[in-house]
Amino acid sequence: MSVKQISVFIENQPGKLAEATRYIAGHGINLRAMSIADTKDFGILRVICDDPEQSAEVLREGGYITNVTEVLAVGINDAPGSLATILEIIAKAGVSVEYTYAFLGTRMEGAFMIFRVDDNAKAAAALEAAGIKTVEQSDMF
Amino acid sequence: MKENYYQPEIECASVETLKALQDERLVKQVKHVYENVPYYRDLMDKKGVKPEDIKSTADLHKLPFITKADLRDAYPYGLLAKPLDECVRIQSTSGTTGRRVVAFYTQHDVDLWEDCCARAIMAVGGTKEDVCQVSYGYGLFTGGPGLNGGSHKVGCLTLPMSSGNTERQLQFMTDLGATILCCTPSYAAYLGESLHEKGYTPETIPLKAGIFGAEPWTEEMRRDIEKSLGIKAYDIYGLTEISGPGVSFECSEQSGMHINEDHFIAEIINPETGEVLPEGEVGELVFTSLTKEAFPLLRYRTRDLCVLKREKCSCGRTLIKMSKPLGRSDDMMIIRGVNVFPSQIEAVLLNEGYTPNYRIEVDRVNNTDTFDVYVELSPEMFSDTVREITDRENKLAAAMRTMLGIGPKMHLVAPKTIARSEGKAVRVVDKRKLH
Repeated sequence: MSVKQISVFIENQPGKLAEATRYIAGHGINLRAMSIADTKDFGILRVICDDPEQSAEVLREGGYITNVTEVLAVGINDAPGSLATILEIIAKAGVSVEYTYAFLGTRMEGAFMIFRVDDNAKAAAALEAAGIKTVEQSDMF
Repeated sequence: MKENYYQPEIECASVETLKALQDERLVKQVKHVYENVPYYRDLMDKKGVKPEDIKSTADLHKLPFITKADLRDAYPYGLLAKPLDECVRIQSTSGTTGRRVVAFYTQHDVDLWEDCCARAIMAVGGTKEDVCQVSYGYGLFTGGPGLNGGSHKVGCLTLPMSSGNTERQLQFMTDLGATILCCTPSYAAYLGESLHEKGYTPETIPLKAGIFGAEPWTEEMRRDIEKSLGIKAYDIYGLTEISGPGVSFECSEQSGMHINEDHFIAEIINPETGEVLPEGEVGELVFTSLTKEAFPLLRYRTRDLCVLKREKCSCGRTLIKMSKPLGRSDDMMIIRGVNVFPSQIEAVLLNEGYTPNYRIEVDRVNNTDTFDVYVELSPEMFSDTVREITDRENKLAAAMRTMLGIGPKMHLVAPKTIARSEGKAVRVVDKRKLH
């Protein structure tokens, strides 16, 4: 029903993101999807990768503040209105969306959207009821 | 400017007259304190000094010092020298680790304090014809109440504006034709800028003088404010422990502040050894209040580093002059007029579950102090949303505001990014060039 996303706290300073991604690469972690939220002082790097718990541990060992969050991943048609439809279903269920980002799949056709919502189960149920399947971690790699 | 005095018989008295007055008042004050304040009696007994050992100001050095730590220990009533039912007022200032300094006043104390402020207002040319806008905070802070009282004594039309609400400040200043402005120098600079934005020029407002204190400021800032508001800008000094603003004040010469020596004896000491230093040397300023009834402090260490100079002043006053404070002998900072100790910031951080790894950065941008605190985020505090982190920063800033009376901009940073050093951590980066 949901996938595990790793979030990493990165200071908003030149080179910090490069340093973090080099560290991730150096430990053989392949990023499937990512997004960055930024403020004046800091950014939050959010990534989807295989074996999230192990990858998070590796990041912690490297001194990075890391957190693992369950987020929803939904396959989305490459057609106008697809995203709006999904957001409307989630909204109608009374669930609020904290943030969202997109990435292209490899095993499946089309794109995925990641949704960070305040109630995964409720949003997933509403989507299933509307015939939209959420994706499991294993479907993505 | 015609010289103008509130109490010329004191302000222009001969040094001998002042000295005789101080001798007489000191002997009386030491007796009053010894008899009525057990805390002081213990301090004096420990040092082996009896009231009868103090026969004149020449014996002052025999008395023990009193410090902010004593004020904290004795909080709230331990230094009170009059029955509470004879007290009519308290004023307060923040102290270290959250414990405040509470100073008590009898009606007589309030009167004398207001006299001191009246002297400061008349020294800048104030008369009953003036409209005096008091834009210091009113309340526990001594700035507003002190200058308000002084303004009444001079007979000025007093505008008790308090601080903040700049729109209203400017409206009253222009509509009612304020001629004297009393506030912190940074607020004066800000009011000047705001007036310019509204299209006023110095020639279009009747303001002629400003009495600015409660925070450190430079000669450059004085010139900026004078130019921006078309006034003469004067410094004023004071502290709640001793009474409030008006302990000393500048005159037309603008070269140091005359200490109201009939009420306060000033000494300069070596902050390391406590040894009294000769006139003209830099050291820590120590005050003895000669006339305070309710909360009389003898040899209170201000932690301000100053120079004292007695020289003939063109204003005619004979009162000794002190320099602007040149620094501090402790780690207190004055930010936007508020006293801030790093230990207070540390206490809030620990209380809110943070590590004591922090850095304080203070700067002055456009004549206003900026105040930033950086603290390390711990892993369990981190979440994937920006909102939760900014909520944490806001909550911390609010807790700081409650403790300090001033809210810093909080910045959560990654662990181990704040430099640690072997010895004393450099927790404070003060980029202001104040001295």
